[in-house]
Amino acid sequence: MAKADFEVPELQEYTEVPKYVEGTMAHSSPYVAKPDHNTPLGFPGELVPDWHEKTLEAMGDLLGKYRSFQVYLDSCVKCGACTDKCHYYLGTSDPKNMPVARQDLLRKVYRRYFTFAGKYFPKLVGAADLTREVLDEWYSYFHQCSQCRRCSVFCPYGIDTAEISMAAREILDRIGYGQKYCNEIIAKVHKVGNNLGMPGPAIRDTLDGLEEDVLEETGVAVKYPLDVKGADILFVTPSADFFAEPHIDGLIGYGKVLHECGVSWTFSTKASEAGNFGMFIGSYENMRRVSMRIREAAIDLGVKRIVFGECGHAWRVAYAFLNTLAGPWDFLDPNYPVPQHICEFTWDAIQQGKLKFDKSANDDKVLTFHDSCNVARATRMGDKPGGQFEIPRNVIKAVCNNYVDMEADTIKERTFCCGGGGGLLTDDLMELRVKGIVPRMNALNNVVQEHGVTHMAAICAICKSQFTKVIPYYGFEMDQIVSVHQLVSNAILLTGQGESDDDSDEDDE
Amino acid sequence: MSFLTVVYAVLFYLATAVLVVGVGRKIYVFAKAPAPLKIPTTPAPTTQTGVIMRMFREVVFFESLFKGAKWTWLFGWVFHMGLFLVLLRHARYFQDPVFFPIELIQPFGIYAGFAMVAGLAGLFGRRLLVDRVRYISAPSDYLMLVLLGLIGLSGLMMTFVVHTDIIAVKQFFRGLMTLSLSELPADPILLVHLMLVALLMIIFPISKLLHAPGIFFSPTRNQVDNPREQRHLAEWAKRFEQQ
Ligand code: HEM
Ligand code: SF4
Ligand code: SF4
Repeated sequence: MAKADFEVPELQEYTEVPKYVEGTMAHSSPYVAKPDHNTPLGFPGELVPDWHEKTLEAMGDLLGKYRSFQVYLDSCVKCGACTDKCHYYLGTSDPKNMPVARQDLLRKVYRRYFTFAGKYFPKLVGAADLTREVLDEWYSYFHQCSQCRRCSVFCPYGIDTAEISMAAREILDRIGYGQKYCNEIIAKVHKVGNNLGMPGPAIRDTLDGLEEDVLEETGVAVKYPLDVKGADILFVTPSADFFAEPHIDGLIGYGKVLHECGVSWTFSTKASEAGNFGMFIGSYENMRRVSMRIREAAIDLGVKRIVFGECGHAWRVAYAFLNTLAGPWDFLDPNYPVPQHICEFTWDAIQQGKLKFDKSANDDKVLTFHDSCNVARATRMGDKPGGQFEIPRNVIKAVCNNYVDMEADTIKERTFCCGGGGGLLTDDLMELRVKGIVPRMNALNNVVQEHGVTHMAAICAICKSQFTKVIPYYGFEMDQIVSVHQLVSNAILLTGQGESDDDSDEDDE
Repeated sequence: MSFLTVVYAVLFYLATAVLVVGVGRKIYVFAKAPAPLKIPTTPAPTTQTGVIMRMFREVVFFESLFKGAKWTWLFGWVFHMGLFLVLLRHARYFQDPVFFPIELIQPFGIYAGFAMVAGLAGLFGRRLLVDRVRYISAPSDYLMLVLLGLIGLSGLMMTFVVHTDIIAVKQFFRGLMTLSLSELPADPILLVHLMLVALLMIIFPISKLLHAPGIFFSPTRNQVDNPREQRHLAEWAKRFEQQ
């Protein structure tokens, strides 16, 4: 088990709703961004002296630009339906992690300066002055929201705390009080093209290594092309897929599927990142700038289609925003959705009988699937609502014999966040990550105990990173987390695979 | 004309003006703010008809709340349906002749009054007893329930305990509508009832009662899930395209 300097919660059979305990997470606050991180994003380097005025100005600006922000600040009736829905509340018992209480941190200031009742009767309606303490509290608690939208499912008006968190972070950024983790990463994307700051040659190196590995393993020369002009498909994937476990095993799987379908495809150095942290900080402009790299890469390479690899928030930006931010895509092949998810691609190919599998290759595992919040509650796959739940499961079931779902209240639209989404996947928020994972761990533990589940598959780079790092705190092994296309990769039978195996066997003799 | 009648007449003109102008202004603000990105909570309908169905289920059945909190749903739904029937029943004070469907619901309207008050009591209890809901409540949240409860109770009092001259009340309100004042009965309970209703109308546009228009403008509920098919560019975001 990993060590911690805070108490790691005990797993329970069912996630119980705790009585609130004030202030348990008041100390949790990520590192503040430095000028080098802020200025490339167009924000002031550090907290501006006139932050009070600038904060209200930014709030007023966002109220006019985002209907969600305006309507949600006005409409909450404090019914309390959301109070027990957030994994961070369930894991920390801190009442300010109840979605409505999180919103209220901002709403009380909105009321004070922007509404009649708050201006004249602040005590009555819970309005409060904007002070430095309030600002710090925003910084702390709006970085304890993974923008997972679970609360929005149960709210009678669909109030989405993620929207409030994004707006809060945008306001904080505009006064020079941004978060280091997100802003540093976005600055890297603007400069190099991916979150990790991996230059093109390093990517090519990795891909060469993978080609050799796959050739050795299967005897088939599967290519992992980079920056190939005139390829049909631009493949955009989170940069973690290029190096981390189990992400890279998923990437091997994408290549095998694309190879077997006989399509021409390529990665791009310029668009070597599917992720888009611009969303986490609520910055339309930064999100757009990051998205435009994909458009530029598609034009430069002359591709006809765009396919995305496994990543949750990336798929949200891709599916729900890319057309708006970086479209129109009229220069691409209109016969395919832009963009497509690799799971949609693989499932289509399976249905058309293009892929052959030996499912027994995954017989050493009993699987379950973690629905990533952004995929589950902010996107779709295929043409029917809910395809985002069915298609990944269909793919898993096509390549594995043993599959069990976790409890219904913890999957699909009700899925619990991994605890590390929304720009919180950083070591300075370790306590939050370990506690926020509790509802998911309880559900996993149940199927492990009752159904002998050995592995949990996910289609999100952040989920995979969070899980591999944090599940050891609860006595699980990091390799119990797998990529969906890792399972595909294990089971797929490439054309010529058997024959070349024989060949190489003969060679060996 | 008694002084009292004049005061109440002015009060109701004022309250109506505040309600109409206030809510109208707020609806304008909601409508004018663009939703620059597609953010429906998925799975979401892929057609406009589907969105109308979703909104219908939210407004009439409180679908999401049902998923989220069964007791709150029960109390809340009973209260709102009660309120809705009671409001319809009150239409008879403003119509002459009374519209047939309104006649029809009169008997149900009476029970609806009890349902409404019972629902409010349940909501109040929950607010007081559940630690999490108590934590998020401001004084105004309790007072709103008290206000509605008192309106309901004073109304029920008049139906069952101390009757008032409802013909005269009707003449008063018809008079307000036709700009020809007629005398309002000076029964204390009626005066309290009407005073509280006017207060409710006045605070409507500056309180959480804005949830009623708000729900129709909630992007997570009213958007069609078709972002890959259609761009969704806001006016203010267009300037980036020109760069
Ligand atoms: C489109 C019409 C409306 C819809 C869809 C609607 C829906 C809801 C829902 C779902 C709730 C949360 C559940 C609950 O606490 O009851 C709620 C709360 C509430 N509604 Fe409405 N409502 C509407 C109109 C009204 C009107 C006209 C009033 C009063 C004049 C009203 C007064 C309240 C109050 C006071 C609460 C808070 C209850 C509490 O404190 O727990 N609503 N509404
Ligand atoms: S979006 Fe998710 S993390 Fe944020 S408040 Fe809602 S449930 Fe909690
Ligand atoms: S569920 Fe919605 S309306 Fe109810 S308290 Fe939470 S945010 Fe407010």
